[in-house]
Amino acid sequence: MGNNRFGKIDIPLVICYLLLVFIGWINIFASVYSEEHSSIFDMSQRYGMQFIWILTAIVLAVSILFLLNPKIYSVLSPPIYLFVCVLLIAVTFLGKEVNGSHSWFQIGPVSFQPAEISKISTSLFLAYIMSKYNFRLGKMQDALSVAITILVPMALIILEKETGSALVYCGFIFLLYREGLSGWVLVFGMLSILLFVVTLAISPLAAIIILFALSGIINGIYTGRILQHLCVIIPVSVLLGFMPALSREFIPSLAQFGFEYIALGITMGIALFTIVKFKGKRVRHLKYLMLGFVCSIILIFSVQFIFNNILQPHQRSRIENLLGIKEDLMGAGYNVHQSKIAIGSGGFIGKGFLKGTQTKFDFVPEQSTDFIFCTVGEEWGFLGSVLVISIYMFLITRLIILSERQKDRFARIYGYCVACCFFMHVFINIGMTMGLVPVIGIPLPLLSYGGSSLWSFTVLLFIFIKLDMERWRH
Amino acid sequence: MEKKNVLIIGVLVIGLILIAQLFNLQILQDEYKITAENNAYKHVTRYPVRGLILDRNGNILVENKNTYDIMVTPIEVKEFDTLDFCSIFELDPEFVKEKFREYRKFRRKIGYQALTFLKQVPSVQYSIFIEKSYKFPGFSAVSRNSRNYPFAAGANLLGYVTEVDQNFIKRNPEYKSGDYVGASGLEKSYENVLKGEKGYSILLRDVHNRIQSSFEDGAYDKPAIPGNNIVSTIDGYLQQYGEELMKDKVGSVVAIEPSTGEILALISSPGINIEQLASINKHYKEIVNDPYKPMFNRAVMSAYPPGSVFKLVNGLIGLQEGVITPETRYNCSMGYHYGNRKLGCHAHPSPTNLTQSIMMSCNAYYCYTLKAILENDKYGNIYDAFNNWREMVMSFGFGRKLGSDFPSELGGTLPTTSTYDKIHGKNRWKANSIISLSIGQGEIGATPLHLANLAATLANRGYYYIPHLVKESEGNPIDPRFKEKNYTLVDTSHFHKVIEGMYLAVNAAPGAGGTARGAFVEGLDICGKTGTAQNPHGKDNAVFICFAPRENPKIAIAAYIENAGFGGTWAAPIASLMVEKYLNGGSSRPDVEKRMKDANLMQNVPVKRR
Repeated sequence: MGNNRFGKIDIPLVICYLLLVFIGWINIFASVYSEEHSSIFDMSQRYGMQFIWILTAIVLAVSILFLLNPKIYSVLSPPIYLFVCVLLIAVTFLGKEVNGSHSWFQIGPVSFQPAEISKISTSLFLAYIMSKYNFRLGKMQDALSVAITILVPMALIILEKETGSALVYCGFIFLLYREGLSGWVLVFGMLSILLFVVTLAISPLAAIIILFALSGIINGIYTGRILQHLCVIIPVSVLLGFMPALSREFIPSLAQFGFEYIALGITMGIALFTIVKFKGKRVRHLKYLMLGFVCSIILIFSVQFIFNNILQPHQRSRIENLLGIKEDLMGAGYNVHQSKIAIGSGGFIGKGFLKGTQTKFDFVPEQSTDFIFCTVGEEWGFLGSVLVISIYMFLITRLIILSERQKDRFARIYGYCVACCFFMHVFINIGMTMGLVPVIGIPLPLLSYGGSSLWSFTVLLFIFIKLDMERWRH
Repeated sequence: MEKKNVLIIGVLVIGLILIAQLFNLQILQDEYKITAENNAYKHVTRYPVRGLILDRNGNILVENKNTYDIMVTPIEVKEFDTLDFCSIFELDPEFVKEKFREYRKFRRKIGYQALTFLKQVPSVQYSIFIEKSYKFPGFSAVSRNSRNYPFAAGANLLGYVTEVDQNFIKRNPEYKSGDYVGASGLEKSYENVLKGEKGYSILLRDVHNRIQSSFEDGAYDKPAIPGNNIVSTIDGYLQQYGEELMKDKVGSVVAIEPSTGEILALISSPGINIEQLASINKHYKEIVNDPYKPMFNRAVMSAYPPGSVFKLVNGLIGLQEGVITPETRYNCSMGYHYGNRKLGCHAHPSPTNLTQSIMMSCNAYYCYTLKAILENDKYGNIYDAFNNWREMVMSFGFGRKLGSDFPSELGGTLPTTSTYDKIHGKNRWKANSIISLSIGQGEIGATPLHLANLAATLANRGYYYIPHLVKESEGNPIDPRFKEKNYTLVDTSHFHKVIEGMYLAVNAAPGAGGTARGAFVEGLDICGKTGTAQNPHGKDNAVFICFAPRENPKIAIAAYIENAGFGGTWAAPIASLMVEKYLNGGSSRPDVEKRMKDANLMQNVPVKRR
């Protein structure tokens, strides 16, 4: 029997897990290494502590695989979800303050972050409600319950001032896409990010031109008259793009109206004309296209407001830094700049184990937690970094493939949740250390120092491995 | 396409984007590698030695002494013996605790920076610290120079040096935090000469962040270039002597070499205590709160009524305008009577001619003279006459900045026609309304520097050089404007009669009525003029200007003492003692010298006490 059981464990996932945990441990060792404490098992140092976290995490994993009955997950997911939400509320009031946010519970010498567990409970509960018989995302009631399931912990985490952790929940959009959400929602989401960035970094006018051109091309594809559309789109876009320069030369008074408003008027006019022209023909898409267009316009004109009034100053300066609007290498940009230096200095093969200078000399803050990837980049170079990224990508695609082969909906949905969590963490964290994403303090799964994070990702992953193991029983 | 595949492709695309950026950072861009080296090679700033300030005879007024700043990198500090640490630097343990509380509070902002923990630690404490420094990880010492003053004189004149603050750096981006800059006096006006140029050394760090060695034996280091010395026009001994004389008095003495415009001494009393000057930040509050305002440089900033010494100017203008001649005589019956009012005078023989009026300082004579100037038929109305008078007064330097090289110089005050329009109404004032100007009272205010410049102008018989504080020296040419003669609008031929009066004021036989007998020194031929300026706040101010010797004068002086009483009693002896010191090297009148040094006239000065 025992052999049989082992045979059904997905070995590639377990190997990925062990590899990542091991890579994390030696890089934590490298990043806080000091002569006086040269043993990797020294308990007074972070690497010694991490060793304990790893051992306990493995005990957890083994218990999940061989001791716990997988049936309890779907049964217990509602009470667990509720319990974690209560914890999230409690921590806001009772938690100790770390760097300005109340997100840690301290019990004796151990402190943990409910937000980490909340990823597991939310995933389980999502799997629970979405695997119910008769569930359809198209149904208003079901869609609403999904939205609430995701938004409640997200809102609570934002209240703790851990905006970064809350952002991870946006990743569930990919699960929803898989389970029936229209792909246009994803497209619109990406378009929103693009327009936000363009508006801030270039100008509202540029954003309007991009929006106009994209919607025009989409309409062209749908109506099958792409050439005709291009004949309008290209000259109008070019004209709008050169409008400020032309107006300076010929009609300076034009500037007083605001170019973005002129562009808005012109593009709206063309849009209305299109609606009238295609009225009554096969234009079901046109309704959605218009809706998206109008929403995007509202977004463009409210970007400045959101940026200046809703975001907090440190978030503003992180975004400004990322987009190159303001360069402040000693302030908001310090971390990222130092982190890029550390990674960049690694070169092709890296400086070698314990040979890194940037990470070890404390140039990079938070180097064993959020910025652990710097140590990888500096000491193991391009080769090592690509290896780590590849392991993550393999892990995530493997999760997707395994989820797809589940016969049980609960297991499939849960598997996607796990994939989404890993994906968001990996992308945001590694992107941040390389200056592709604004600084958002979330750990790199399984690599970063810290018990809460390691345990919760271990549990998150091994519940799925267990569910996958059990798939033959159905 | 199946949704599963869309997602998998999405994941792989993101992976490729991450790898592309990795490729960009690690393989394509060199920028990050160079900066990484900058991090491992530590650049240490080498601060230049600031230039010295010498006096006119080559004696050192300002030099440098070695002190040390104790630096701390809070993040590297481990637990240490606070008491031991405090005993080295004679600190209060509470101070250290407070500092570390602060570091903790701002730890995110501070990050990995080193901060200055203590400033200007003397070398004795430094050597004890270095011996024990292994006990205090995170602390280190940086050698910094601070200023030292062998003459112990001229604090306000020399000025102080201070570390630049954030505001200053914003306005002057060439300065970096930790740099020193001259903040007042000569240190400020000659900052560019004195400061020198910073350099750096490149040091290598080993893997344990310890400084290992100099990179390539210092081949790429840039040594600091020391600042240039400046030679000031000050006579160190005279300055010192003047400060001794002015001790416990409020006022100012300014001495100028008439033939060059070089300032020999510039005393403002009470001044900044020179022992506090090098570490002024420590005493700043105390100095600022001192009711006598030691930071305020009276010599170049305060607008005093010049009093009777201004009669010299009015007399000269009268001669130039032709409204009086040296033989013109005016009656004085204990003053000048106009309408039913009177501008009083003291008892002296009457009538007087010009020379006698100066010698005996007759008020009435100058009332008549100013009235004659302002009611001159040559000008259609009093406005033109007044403006002409004003222009001539300004040619002596009054009512404007003289343009010396001293940073805080002010211009004093000189009324205009609109001043009087405001007081009396348009066309509603006449000569008698402003008659107090004749004796240097009323709406006129002059700095002691103005008065010394007047003395120098008289000594030169009609011209002056802009007073200045620095002599030409190698690598430091002086401004050409300091070499130009500035003539007044009064013809040079008119000066000798006035000077005769000044000579008699000091040298006339006792009993003849000379007001400045207190300045008489055998054989020095001092020419002077006293003044007793009314002060709305308490006792009169004592004023005296003089130059000596009469022919080829070597020194011109103005002494101004607040609330001291008669000019002849206090200002004249002090100024003449200065002349003696400069010309003869010491005083022949030890009793006078002692009386002046010991006198405390501060209690007469009304000040607002906190």
